[in-house]
Amino acid sequence: MLILTCPHCGIAADETELAPGGEAHLKRAGPEASDVEFEAYMFARRNPLGVHFERWRHAMGCGKWFIAARATDTLEVFGTYPARTEAPPADLVRRIRRKRPEWEGLP
Amino acid sequence: MHDHQPIARLAPAPPCGMVTLKGDPGRAGLRRAVKAAVGLSLPGRRAMLREGERVVAWMAPDEVMLFMPRGDVAAALAAARKAFGKGSGLVADVSDARVLFTVAGPHAREVLARLSPADMGALGPGEMRRTRLAQIPAGIWHWGEGAFTVMVFRSVAEHARALLENAAAGPEAGFFAPGT
Ligand SMILES: [Zn+2]
Repeated sequence: MLILTCPHCGIAADETELAPGGEAHLKRAGPEASDVEFEAYMFARRNPLGVHFERWRHAMGCGKWFIAARATDTLEVFGTYPARTEAPPADLVRRIRRKRPEWEGLP
Repeated sequence: MHDHQPIARLAPAPPCGMVTLKGDPGRAGLRRAVKAAVGLSLPGRRAMLREGERVVAWMAPDEVMLFMPRGDVAAALAAARKAFGKGSGLVADVSDARVLFTVAGPHAREVLARLSPADMGALGPGEMRRTRLAQIPAGIWHWGEGAFTVMVFRSVAEHARALLENAAAGPEAGFFAPGT
């Protein structure tokens, strides 16, 4: 069972109180994008064994979106932060790098 | 058929007025609107404040819900709108959107724990816990006075009543110390 702490209301929410929103920090392919680039934005998703960033909505709670950084191999949760941002907080990235030196970072 | 007496008493709470306020938590508008509408401060994260029949509950960083007698709603709406002024803010009468139940008795906490993944043992007085009861969203709170209040959408009120009634059909496991 996955428990993620909502950064908005502070509740340690059970996975069943949350709605999953898929991979986080996707960059929309702009108006000048090629079909191949747009297809990748629409359909191609990372599925790493290790560090991953996911969007979640506290649906059965405060209703807000947040992002969770966690390990898909151990289910360790590195941290959560509000979704209204383009990149993870620097201190969280440092913490992940210390624990997972092999992590290649976000694309 | 159950052989046991219910381990908690379930009752619909009388209708009350409910008003949702939304506004930027970083600006004064939301705080002023709460004060103008019910005379209370803006509560901290997940907290509830009350004065007589008037209650304010923190629902999200930019949202509170006000509870009051139905007859006070019109004046509260007008006062909140005036307080927001030209600033951005939402004031909505949502009195008919939700219903309240009270779950009372020494094992009320256990009844709620049977239906929700929330840590019911950690729910202190004057805290709004938004969670789910089985598969429906709910808000749960108590004031340390022997009864929990459960708030659900009116469209699922009958389902919620049946869920609570079923969960209260004993016997108790006794996981929590009796009382609220
Ligand atoms: Zn939340």
